Amino acid sequence: MSLENFIQRATSEWMKVKGPQSDIVFSSRVRIARNLTELPFPMMAGTSQGEKVVKTIEKAWKKIKKHQPILQSAELIRMENLTDLEKRVLVEKHLISPSLAEDSRHGAAIISHDESLSIMINEEDHLRIQVLYPGLQLEKAWELASSIDNLLEKELSFAFDDQVGYMTNCPTNVGTGIRASVMVHLPALAMTQQLNRLIPAIMQVGLAVRGIYGEGSEALGQLYQVSNQVTLGQSEEEIIENLIGVVLQMIEHEQSARARLTSISIIQLEDRVYRSLGILAYSRIMDSKEAMKRLSDVRLGIDLGMIQDVGSNVMNELMVMIQPGFLQQYAGERLNPEERDIQRADLIRERLRMEKQTD
Amino acid sequence: MLCPECGKRPATIHYKKVVNGQKTEYHLCELCAQEKGEQMPGFDHGFSFHHLLSGLLNFEPITQMGNSQDDANHSPQVLRCPSCGLTYNQFSKIGRFGCSDCYSTFQQWLDPLMRKVHGNTKHNGKVPERARGKIRMRHDLEKLKEQLHRKIHEEAFEEAAQIRDQIRALQRQLETE
Repeated sequence: MSLENFIQRATSEWMKVKGPQSDIVFSSRVRIARNLTELPFPMMAGTSQGEKVVKTIEKAWKKIKKHQPILQSAELIRMENLTDLEKRVLVEKHLISPSLAEDSRHGAAIISHDESLSIMINEEDHLRIQVLYPGLQLEKAWELASSIDNLLEKELSFAFDDQVGYMTNCPTNVGTGIRASVMVHLPALAMTQQLNRLIPAIMQVGLAVRGIYGEGSEALGQLYQVSNQVTLGQSEEEIIENLIGVVLQMIEHEQSARARLTSISIIQLEDRVYRSLGILAYSRIMDSKEAMKRLSDVRLGIDLGMIQDVGSNVMNELMVMIQPGFLQQYAGERLNPEERDIQRADLIRERLRMEKQTD
Repeated sequence: MLCPECGKRPATIHYKKVVNGQKTEYHLCELCAQEKGEQMPGFDHGFSFHHLLSGLLNFEPITQMGNSQDDANHSPQVLRCPSCGLTYNQFSKIGRFGCSDCYSTFQQWLDPLMRKVHGNTKHNGKVPERARGKIRMRHDLEKLKEQLHRKIHEEAFEEAAQIRDQIRALQRQLETE
């Protein structure tokens, strides 16, 4: 497969569009948890019950899809029909969760053609409706997720109670069942050592800060995922408003840190950015940690206008494509970690060369 | 194979136990294995978020004073969700619900748990269209019952009978929905 074709398949349609505030906010995600009445949650489900959940949801989706183009274009994928590598690629694209890929029985997902919508089936809950958009667009993401929820509700009976709201497997999701999150790139705040103060402050207002692959993952490439923790007692709109308020403040801090860096240590900053670009363009072995770090530097250089011949989308693309699942899919075979590091360096070099040619 | 203990979930934990040279093989599902308190390397991943959550459940529920007979009947040890079979022991260990009926089975622990996790106990967000009708009906039902009491108190039996019929109709509607 040529690299061009591979990129076409590797990057979701929604990633190719620039969203609002996309120099700092890479993506916005809203996910809502729903469960069917009458059937036990996936954790307690027997084989026939798990299968019944998939069948019931599939039937509902087929009935309602004519009302919503994004559902019309979607496809139902059963986890049991995928190889480990294919599942891993879906995780790296954030279309399914690691736990759906690894431990689910009768796990499935309905994924839209542009990959902005993914409905996970039999994850922790019967349904997890997820919408992903570029830039800061949480309200729009919630609107779409909620409209899909309304359509599904016409065919399915969701477990709901006046007091506790939507009932979920885990008490941390009960009520609205909503988890809204944004992925933010904060290199200047990291360089100026301000994150150690900012992150605890964000946690104090009831939000969580994590690495890009969710719970327990490391913050690679100065990318952080900020999300709500509380799901009960506040409305979905309030939860989203709160999160947006905090994210806007983070953007402001990051911007002023960028401005300060460029005014007081521009040469050091330029050196760091171009050094990273040089390493990405010429090295032969690169582990993912270093790659993410260098890509973060270059991305900052692009956002600050220092580098003009590389598009900012190239960095977003590469941050996904250098993950282990993608690398192996590109290579067309399983690779051990050493082989992956070589493949990763090759892929980055080739992608950057492609960019120069199109100039 | 299905777990022989519960007969519901597939057995995913397989191990051999040697006691006094006597070898026995076990095949259990995760929940039953946890219930049996089997500690296996690689099975329990040490500290996890759900251990933390279940820690929040390790407190005695508020029981009514001087009602020891009732306490014995509702002692947590025998409590088991009639719909999915999750026991109080499992619930308190894993900190998760097995089905939507668990919410009423373990009702007495709900409020304190929700307060600790969310600082709140009452849902304040989206209400599904279906439930919206039901909630309104329940609201109307409450109001009619109040009226009924008032009419009986006023000895306005004819009107009371009408209200009673309305209540019955609403109740039937609620049940069939």
